[in-house]
Amino acid sequence: MHVILEQIINGLTIGSFYALIALGYSMVYGVLKLINFAHGDFFTLGSYLGYTVLVFGAAFMTAHFGLWGALIAALVFAGVSLAIVGLIVERVAYRPVYPAGRLPAVVSALGASIFLQNTIMVGWGPRFQAYPATLIPNVHIQLGSIHLTLLQIMILLLSFALMGTLYYIVQKTTFGAAIRATAHDRKTASLMGININKVILFVFTLGPALGAVTGIMVGMYYRQISFTMGWNYGLKAFTASVLGGIGNIPGAMLGGLILGVLEMLGAAYISAAWKDVFVFIILILVLIFRPTGILGEKTAEKV
Amino acid sequence: MTSLLSIERLSIFYGGIQVLHDVSIHLEQGEIVSVLGANGAGKSTLLQAVSGLVPIGSGSVFFRGEKLNSIPPYEIVRKGISLSPEGRRVFPTLTVEENLNLGAYTRKRMKDEVREAKDRVFSLFPILSERRRQLSGTLSGGEQQMLAIGRALMSSPKVLLLDEPSLGLAPILVKQIFDIISEINSQGTSILLVEQNAHKALNIASRGYVLENGHLAASGPTASLRSDKKIQEAYLGGAALKKRPFPAKTGQS
Repeated sequence: MHVILEQIINGLTIGSFYALIALGYSMVYGVLKLINFAHGDFFTLGSYLGYTVLVFGAAFMTAHFGLWGALIAALVFAGVSLAIVGLIVERVAYRPVYPAGRLPAVVSALGASIFLQNTIMVGWGPRFQAYPATLIPNVHIQLGSIHLTLLQIMILLLSFALMGTLYYIVQKTTFGAAIRATAHDRKTASLMGININKVILFVFTLGPALGAVTGIMVGMYYRQISFTMGWNYGLKAFTASVLGGIGNIPGAMLGGLILGVLEMLGAAYISAAWKDVFVFIILILVLIFRPTGILGEKTAEKV
Repeated sequence: MTSLLSIERLSIFYGGIQVLHDVSIHLEQGEIVSVLGANGAGKSTLLQAVSGLVPIGSGSVFFRGEKLNSIPPYEIVRKGISLSPEGRRVFPTLTVEENLNLGAYTRKRMKDEVREAKDRVFSLFPILSERRRQLSGTLSGGEQQMLAIGRALMSSPKVLLLDEPSLGLAPILVKQIFDIISEINSQGTSILLVEQNAHKALNIASRGYVLENGHLAASGPTASLRSDKKIQEAYLGGAALKKRPFPAKTGQS
């Protein structure tokens, strides 16, 4: 019994990684109907920036701000940097090709992905980089028969806090309603007085920032990062957003969590070597039987 | 004196095709003005051009003397022109109340004014108040039309542009919608109404224009439009009308 509970908690941990990355895909898709293939690389770049702050700035920052200060500085620095990178990529790689239709934008996104990946490789080198191991005290916590680490609890708390905040903004505020309205019908949204460019700005800053924060959490959880990891995480997060219903923000969160839990349960009870296979079987099944995803809307309109 | 809304020699092109030719229309404070015409005559394009949704080829749109050409749609709403688009275009996955709140998006920080505007919409359309928490995609066609008009009113516009408000509605609802349009007008909002239902549109308007294939074919006070033989033939039921005294209140064109 405790194995299944532990696997569910492990699944929720990696599921929240997928969910946070999936949000970036889904928000951009919702507003622009563009699959931003560079998003996985935003995540990687954020991870590397956080790594640099933690490794090279650590002595300075822990001296001035303490351990937690250094950690928060890394998260904020990576988040803000990637928000800026997101805006630049939108401006340089996507905005010029919007008028040409959806397919050129996808190709441009793949190009941006390759460019970012190679920039990271040139900047930090092609080898794995090791995240500092001693940042978070290696405290183990026993809850009944369930075994947890302090790091895991912190990751879950931060992830759910971020998701909860975004959920609140999108579902409960008027600006959130504006985002959903824009996703549904840009032209009519602009008639409401919504400046579509501001909505685009929002999704292209918040999405990459969330990706960057996730990159740091992944680095701390697995202790090592590589310049190609954005591809794998990006693909799984994309699967998560399709599973939840792409363009749907609560759907991306739900899809990510479900995917993480299924992957961990599959790894524990079937075969760890096949865990990626489960993920993509799920993607194929969703695409066959429910292409709109779990929370995706049917697009029936009254005339 | 400058008109409230003045469209001057407006031409619009979609790609290489010209859909409006030198159209001039004006709307004065307190008026309802109807624009009639068949499908594809350019009526919707006209309203979309005023709202900034389609680029103006040549000519100009003035609102209280200020030129609106190339001002984006979200700024035009702010200035006091609001469009209730053809086909309702409510946001189906948002609740009725969220739709209304978005209508007041330009004034979202002015909580009291938003509440006042919402109270006004609810008093015009009590059904929307009952259904405020319902997803607007689940409303009937008539209710969605009410929501679309109510949403356009939430920005408290000086000029309300209505695009085919009676489209696809049952006769009893059409009458109700037109009564409410008159009431909105009597509360001080000037209205530019685009309609295929020529009878109804001329009944509530003081003046009218007729568009044919993108050209202005006729214009004038509604009484003179109604007595115009050509317009009777084309838009008011033609021959059928001669056998029946005008106005045919229950007739649907």
